[in-house]
Amino acid sequence: MSSPAVSGPIDHHQDVTTSTGIPNKKLLMWAFLASDCMFFGTLISTHLVYRLYPPAGNPNPTEIFDIALTSFSTFILLMSSLMMALAVNAIQKGNLRSMRFSLLTTAFFGAIFLGCQVYEFWHFVVEKKMTITNSILGTTFFTLTGTHGLHVLIGVVWLMSMYFYSFSGRVGRKEAIDVETMGLYWHFVDIVWIVIFTAVYLLEYL
Amino acid sequence: MDATVKTHLIAQEPKAPAKPLVLWRPTATTGLISWLTTVDHKRIGFLYGVFALFFFLVGGVEALLIRAQLMFPNNNVLTAQQYNTMFTMHGTTMIFLAVMPLSSAFFNFIMPLQIGARDVAFPRLNAFSLWTFVAGAIVINIGWFHPGGAPDGGWFGYAPLTSKQFIPRHSIDFWVMGLQLLGVASIAAALNFIVTIINMRAPGMTMMRLPVFTWMTLITSFLIILSFPAITIALVELMMDRQFGTNFFEVSNGGMPILWQHLFWVFGHPEVYILILPAMGIVSEILPTFSRKPLFGYPIVVFSGACIGFLGFAVWSHHMFTTGMGTVATAAFALATMAIAVPTGVKIFNWIGTLWGGHLRMRTPMMFALGFVWMFMIGGFSGVMHAAAPADSQQQDSYFVIAHFHYVLIGGSLFALLAGIHYWFPLMFGRKVSEFWGKLSFWVIFIGFNVTFFPMHFLGLNGMPRRTFTYDGNMGWNTPNFIASIGAFTLGIGIAIYFAVMIYTYFKGEKVGRDPWDGRTLEWSISSPPPAYNFAVTPTVHARDAFWYEKHHKEEIAKENAEHAKAEREHGGIHMPHQSIYPFIASVGMLIGALASSALDSNAGQHKLAFAITGGVIMLVGIFLWSLEGADGYHLHLDKDGKIVEDPHAKH
Repeated sequence: MSSPAVSGPIDHHQDVTTSTGIPNKKLLMWAFLASDCMFFGTLISTHLVYRLYPPAGNPNPTEIFDIALTSFSTFILLMSSLMMALAVNAIQKGNLRSMRFSLLTTAFFGAIFLGCQVYEFWHFVVEKKMTITNSILGTTFFTLTGTHGLHVLIGVVWLMSMYFYSFSGRVGRKEAIDVETMGLYWHFVDIVWIVIFTAVYLLEYL
Repeated sequence: MDATVKTHLIAQEPKAPAKPLVLWRPTATTGLISWLTTVDHKRIGFLYGVFALFFFLVGGVEALLIRAQLMFPNNNVLTAQQYNTMFTMHGTTMIFLAVMPLSSAFFNFIMPLQIGARDVAFPRLNAFSLWTFVAGAIVINIGWFHPGGAPDGGWFGYAPLTSKQFIPRHSIDFWVMGLQLLGVASIAAALNFIVTIINMRAPGMTMMRLPVFTWMTLITSFLIILSFPAITIALVELMMDRQFGTNFFEVSNGGMPILWQHLFWVFGHPEVYILILPAMGIVSEILPTFSRKPLFGYPIVVFSGACIGFLGFAVWSHHMFTTGMGTVATAAFALATMAIAVPTGVKIFNWIGTLWGGHLRMRTPMMFALGFVWMFMIGGFSGVMHAAAPADSQQQDSYFVIAHFHYVLIGGSLFALLAGIHYWFPLMFGRKVSEFWGKLSFWVIFIGFNVTFFPMHFLGLNGMPRRTFTYDGNMGWNTPNFIASIGAFTLGIGIAIYFAVMIYTYFKGEKVGRDPWDGRTLEWSISSPPPAYNFAVTPTVHARDAFWYEKHHKEEIAKENAEHAKAEREHGGIHMPHQSIYPFIASVGMLIGALASSALDSNAGQHKLAFAITGGVIMLVGIFLWSLEGADGYHLHLDKDGKIVEDPHAKH
């Protein structure tokens, strides 16, 4: 550990200062995501268990869901992952302007997803009369997708913070790890949505 | 040299320094501000220890009140309601506010020293864990000073018993919000420890050279990050039910009480190993030191620990044998539970193997450690009895269960933690507890503990139920209950002696130099109490018992250290992280938010919302400023004797 490459080229996959070569921030994010898997796992399990024992008068999910809208927002969220990957790639090459564009697009796509979700919630509550209190489906659905929405919201705030912060002159190739860590989080939130979309929506149409 | 050093060096050299942010950088080294803003893992560990011991005494008083009530039949020291509060708060306090943080105190203080690191990977996150833990402890205990009362639904909080319909008071809200904060604190701390152990090891410290205590820290941390989400979500669901009228546990709308039990015990059983694995780690350090032998079968001890961690996730339903899960599930969980006895037994035999043929030195830490092995075995035996589902359906909810888990939690966890305090006290404070008083406290605690809990085996088999505030005089339970209560007060006296001696020693105890026990691991290679920077030179590890190797290869190590010291000087000296107030501010925000949502009535309406939002905003501001101030620090320069020769707070 006594002679690190202080001025050499930056290798984004190796950090000579750590025992494993994995940067601390990246390892922290991976471990956190493992934990977050269990958070979502518990919520998804709750939904799936209660789905099997609907009480009398529980709304029929296929009459509630608007699968076309949700498929669209799912697609948008997946595309945001592409933009996130481009943002990480850009900052690793030191291309600040390209990173800013990709970050903004990622956040924008995330915001579209959130907009769809807000509309969906409003639609379910006002038009379909399913609220978080009046049925077990409403309870598990709104809690699970709402928790995911909260994750997306945190992601959008994080992306926008990084976007504005990048104008301070403190974001360069050396800070690529910060963008990459944020990217790990963002991709995870997308992947969880794929699981939720399958387990909550698509499953009802089998 | 830790990671932040290099990123810092790399960051500053090639580009022109950006305009520095004007954020407050506290530099106080004494006084209140220094403690609130500390990022030093040793100070944070010390604070964890102080808070844990305080709550340990609180939980102990609650236990004594319970035993006072049960001393005689039809007693009325406590009302039924007060009794509910006492057993709920005793369990919650001892598990979450005493044993876990006391383990965490050792994780913080000892683990970085054992791997040759200067701090944990994320020092400010560590401070955040500490203060969030304190916030959670405050929320759980605020009920003592609130008309809603302290939590009274059992430490397991079975829904729908804890739903608004059955307990409309705020007591459960405190429990729900407090435990969620503790979950955040535990997960943040565990993530930090995982990264630290995997990434911050000194050169040469391979995974299979890690001291066993560090290994158990790692396994425990994984258990925490994977099991706490289950209870956190269960608590969120209960909170949603209570605060927003959802139906998770509302039976009339399709909610199922069994779901709570599953979610709770998916967390609850790994939690048992979260409590015992650190204790096993401590004992695995003490026994070799006082037997003057290396740990017998190091790899198998480590793998047994990991095996217990894995199996710990596959046995939760043995807490639910009487709920009618069906034959197959019951048989499977019974078998998995019995399987855990195997790695546990392996550990016991390895400890015996360590003692075998050693030059045993019967010092106080050794006494507690031997007490641990013996008492933990008794608890383990009754545990295997519970694993048999038919037997368990007789023992369920009886005093036999109380006897079992107090043997593993007091005879197991607590004995090892008390041993650890004695063992590492000279390292932490440079003073040693007198052997006479140490051993006296051991014997009083040991006898008091057995007199309290051994009769409970018989009480349980004779049918005395748990969680019942009194009993009739004609049940045949009078004598064992009386004996148990006498034992409890003896145990209380023992604990009082223990702590009185600790406090005396802290101020007036015999001073000792470095390495008083002739230790084997790296924490003993530094002076006591340890300097802020831990190691003047980052050690290079050549063997499993790293410090033992150093003692027997002095010339080689001295030459190596001189080279490394020179290299480190050339790279700018020892990097120290700046103190920071922002983790504390973020925790205060969480405290305000949690108090608002638990202590205020819903019909307080906008006040409640306003306070909760205020808390959230304070938390967010704290987190934003925390990330804006950055992870940089300052550099220390030492002379040959380890004295600081340059301005410690010169900014780089």
